[in-house]
Amino acid sequence: MTQLAERPTAKELDNGRLVDLLRQMMLIRRFEEKAAEMYARGRIAGFLHLYIGEEAIAVGAIAAINDDDHILTHYREHGHALARGLEPGRVMAELFGKETGVSRGKGGSMHFFDVERSFMGGYAIVGGHLPLACGLALANQRLGNGRIVLCIFGDGAVNEGEFHEALNLAAVWKLPVLFLCENNFYGMGTDIRLVSAVIEVYKRAAAYAIPSEQVDGMSVLAMYEAVQRVASRIRSGEGPAFLEAITFRFRGHSMADPEFYRSKEVTERWRKLDPIVTFRQKLESDGLIDEPAFQALQAEIEDVVDEATRFAEESPKPPPEALYEHLYHEGEP
Amino acid sequence: MPEMTFREALRQTMREELLADERVILMGEDIGAYGGSYAVTKGFLDEFGPDRIRDTPISESVVVGCGIGAAMGGLRPMVELMTINFSLLAFDQIVNNASKLSYMSGGQIHVPMVIRMASGAGSQLGSQHSHSLEGWYAHIPGLKVAVPFTPRDARGLLKTAFQEPNPVIFIEHTALYSRKGEVPDEDFEIPFGQAEVYREGTDVTLIGYSGSVYQANGAADLLAEQGHQAEVLNLRTLRPLDVEAIVASVRKTHRAVVIEDDWKFGGFAGEIAAIIMEQAFDELDAPVARVCGADVPMPYAKELEQAALPSERQIAEAALALL
Repeated sequence: MTQLAERPTAKELDNGRLVDLLRQMMLIRRFEEKAAEMYARGRIAGFLHLYIGEEAIAVGAIAAINDDDHILTHYREHGHALARGLEPGRVMAELFGKETGVSRGKGGSMHFFDVERSFMGGYAIVGGHLPLACGLALANQRLGNGRIVLCIFGDGAVNEGEFHEALNLAAVWKLPVLFLCENNFYGMGTDIRLVSAVIEVYKRAAAYAIPSEQVDGMSVLAMYEAVQRVASRIRSGEGPAFLEAITFRFRGHSMADPEFYRSKEVTERWRKLDPIVTFRQKLESDGLIDEPAFQALQAEIEDVVDEATRFAEESPKPPPEALYEHLYHEGEP
Repeated sequence: MPEMTFREALRQTMREELLADERVILMGEDIGAYGGSYAVTKGFLDEFGPDRIRDTPISESVVVGCGIGAAMGGLRPMVELMTINFSLLAFDQIVNNASKLSYMSGGQIHVPMVIRMASGAGSQLGSQHSHSLEGWYAHIPGLKVAVPFTPRDARGLLKTAFQEPNPVIFIEHTALYSRKGEVPDEDFEIPFGQAEVYREGTDVTLIGYSGSVYQANGAADLLAEQGHQAEVLNLRTLRPLDVEAIVASVRKTHRAVVIEDDWKFGGFAGEIAAIIMEQAFDELDAPVARVCGADVPMPYAKELEQAALPSERQIAEAALALL
């Protein structure tokens, strides 16, 4: 049963894979822009937390683990879902609250699930999914299936008790979990410097003897390199690891955020590090992509997002009888 | 039929499940080397080893969350939380994750796990070790809540809990652990949502669950001395609730007293009273009465603690007032 197949190292990535990393980041960016537009047009309700600016983390990290490795993540999870290969149409349909959505319209923006793709959910209680990551990892460890768990959370989660409980348990039981903190410096609208005694989040893992490091979360290749290397170590049974990806969200916390708490200048400075722009430049200078190829990629993505939106728009709403469905699971445990 | 204690009935059932299914694992504080704070898991560590009998840190939230994740990942975890008081530290995991995952994933995830916890007062353990919060859990859609009274209940309901594909909150009143009762030798399950007529009667229905059935039965003895035949209903599960059994009994007796150790204000007894109103109003010859725990944190002093708990006398008096 044990699958020891590993992703290629960052250096072994072939041209096709490199261009695909760019394509995935572009897809997330365009998808999020469309979601914002659909929110403004009243097609999407509730909270909508956009991933714009942070694409390199999801794409780099998820490309570097196996397709059957579990992913558990937080409520800003559109990017993680798309990077894992959830169908854009079904993701958009979930945002629209349609029956065809990835959670049948019962989850919404913050609760995507696709168990077939080992995407074990987006969670909206900050830090509340870290304990679940321990459990999935314990199951994988006991079943000896070679799968690891990628558990993604933000810098806001690290002051929750569950963060500390989960890191401790994972370390004590040597659980195959990769804790990945997306540090964008703000827990909603609160600057990390105001609320965290130690702002270099990766250092906190040392309290639980978990190997940890900081990664450039604006670089898809840096993310890929770190996650591929660390995942391999976790898979070999060495216990959990911790990565802190430094990043910045270019948009507000949610669509309702007027961003009073940070200056436009800071955001502009980070925009210069746009992970899509910089990676495109790299691929261009390496001769892997030229202007026509980039245009073609953009057109392809435009089609995918348009088609996803059309699918969501035309999908049926959940029927009234869906209200009480799935409250309890029927059948074998 | 062999007699055994409530504790032994639980222990035997768990042992059988551990033997029958490799996916079953136990996690909790002091369940291994210590043998369980109520000695339910005594000897398990030696028999099944530390991979399956897992002593955990004092971290209720991650222990329950880890159980949920393990269930999502294909194991059949049973988590012991020592007492219902400590379960509040894991309340977020139980309410926001365990109970909702099936629903908010559109049915893709299910959480087959059992969370055991001891409940109840009576041993002078003070305000923070004497809660009875069964009603809080019964309030939550997506959970199932078992509240055994007899050793037979303990075995039959726990068997069912292990077969459940949904999260089960399994609540054990501490005063019951050493009580003995008959438990059939053969393999049997008690389905959830099936109350037991613990004692037949015709004049008034005394409705209880878990430890409070004991007081209800004592009250029925007192009433019998005065020539009144009380029926005692043992609910066995709060969610699902056997509404039919409640209504059927009220149809017979036309009077009902609901008993629980939990606080009265906003409690589960009020829910039962409302259900009787909604479904059997015309059958009632008197208002539904409630005898519940006093609305105070549990005091330490013996006399005060006893005064805070439903007594047989109080229950009998409440019933007499209806007759």
